[in-house]
Amino acid sequence: MTEIKQLEDKAREIRRSILKMIGAAGSGHPGGSLSATDIVTALYFKEMNLDSDNPDWDERDRFVLSKGHAAPVLYAALAEKGYFPKEELQTLRRLDSHLQGHPDMKKTLGVDMTTGSLGQGISAAEGMALAAKLDQKDYRVFTMLGDGEIEEGQVWEAAMSAGYHKLDNLIGFVDNNHLQLVGKTEDILDVHPVGEKFEAFGWHVIEIDGHNMEEILEALTEANEVKDKPIMIVANTVKGKGVSFMEGEAGWHGNAPNEEELKKALAELN
Amino acid sequence: MSEKIATRDAYGEALLELGEKNEDIVVFDADVGSSTRVKHFAGKFPERFFQMGIAEQNMVGTAAGMATCGKIPFVSTFAVFGTARVADQVRNSIAYPNLNVKIAVTHAGITVGEDGATHQAIEDIGIMRSIPNMTVIVPGDAVEAKEVVKAAAEYDGPVFMRFTRGGVPVVFDEEEYEFKWGKVMPIKEGSDLTIFATGVMVGEALDAANRLKEEGIEAEVVNVHTIKPIDVEGVVASAKKTGAVVTAEEHNIYGGLGSAIAEVLGENHPVPMKRVGVKDTFGRSGGPEELMDYFEISAEHVMSAAKEVLKRK
Repeated sequence: MTEIKQLEDKAREIRRSILKMIGAAGSGHPGGSLSATDIVTALYFKEMNLDSDNPDWDERDRFVLSKGHAAPVLYAALAEKGYFPKEELQTLRRLDSHLQGHPDMKKTLGVDMTTGSLGQGISAAEGMALAAKLDQKDYRVFTMLGDGEIEEGQVWEAAMSAGYHKLDNLIGFVDNNHLQLVGKTEDILDVHPVGEKFEAFGWHVIEIDGHNMEEILEALTEANEVKDKPIMIVANTVKGKGVSFMEGEAGWHGNAPNEEELKKALAELN
Repeated sequence: MSEKIATRDAYGEALLELGEKNEDIVVFDADVGSSTRVKHFAGKFPERFFQMGIAEQNMVGTAAGMATCGKIPFVSTFAVFGTARVADQVRNSIAYPNLNVKIAVTHAGITVGEDGATHQAIEDIGIMRSIPNMTVIVPGDAVEAKEVVKAAAEYDGPVFMRFTRGGVPVVFDEEEYEFKWGKVMPIKEGSDLTIFATGVMVGEALDAANRLKEEGIEAEVVNVHTIKPIDVEGVVASAKKTGAVVTAEEHNIYGGLGSAIAEVLGENHPVPMKRVGVKDTFGRSGGPEELMDYFEISAEHVMSAAKEVLKRK
């Protein structure tokens, strides 16, 4: 089996986990978790230098899910990678669970930064990247933002700063699914064109199909060659990707599938 | 009276000394480093100094990220901008994950003076006090300020410290001073009432107590440098002893020291009490001393508050 096929299979399994855990919890954010899945899969199962037995390994690559509400995709990847037992995914958002509604670095092993309030993760990622430069360490810092999230001003403070500090060990993704909570980004506060904006802020920009595993890997290879600029990979995606009735629908931003919907969704991901 | 030293100057000096001893200390500025005095650290340790520009929210978030990598960030700007402006970032990126970041703000209170209301923080202690995991310390003079900075660096967790723009009388003896984390510090014994004071009001409270003594009133003065966690035992002990309380702070009477003391006494040992502070109004331009008078928070006003609570005893 080729590496691409392996990663695609892994992504499918992660999509299944996302849906099952949100179904069990009765709440959560399926749309934005599914649109981010292929990228997160590539990061955790191919690109990032990690050791699931040593979540605090100080030379590790870091990942900051700035769009913290997509916690299910992060949790699914971490469980799949062995940071904690996969069965625990079904405890998402429960009172007795370490799996909080948004990633909590003090409760869940493998989470590099607590996020949830949009626009803040990218700043933390910048801090980690600066720390690496200060300590002359080679680890890279990856971060993922939503295209709705980049409406937050803090994102642009961080973008300006990272560009100014030439942080070539900082690799960001925008999960560019053109939807946010109440509707389409173009009907709310259209931040597009995204790539041009980051370019103007001094970033090296790569635009890809966020569901094409080959393009994702190629972009990451290109990113590793860039010097003196942070990198932003603008990934064109579909919110709810993988589940036909969720794809492209703003309504699946923060709603859990019921039992029947879950069944239908899982059947599509076989 | 004694010499006057701005606690922001003490902060700058202490930070430099810390930087020399501990290479994990990193410092963040948002284009006010000459005023907050972090410029001294910046000059000596440029590789550990991070100029983030006039972008405080990113400054706080970046500091949080650095803390996850084992650094001890000191984040400084003016009190208004280091609290209200970045409250969400402090709350969600620092306090909630309990990261080891120190928010050290200068130019607190109405003694900022001529810059006026937008720059005179009177709610900063209140904001920080309301955030879980945040330790809140307001040093009373330059001697205490230096010790507070050192102690904050040793402590593992978020700390908020508040420093002045202007000179403040040196009240403590450098040789004798001992900082006790989370404990009130009685600095003058008395039996008629207790004056709990913090920051610049510690000197004012001592002044008031000395003048009250001439009128036959024995006021106990207690320095409350640590507003959170509040030393319940220490506060109650003094209130039990004297039976009447005045609180004094360069801050709104809502949310700061007065509120903290009222909470403790209300639950444990209610006594007649009066809060001296800014009466829920914004500041204005003026000279620092005349503003203290204008907003009724000088020694004179501590004295009249004292006489008022004694009547209710």
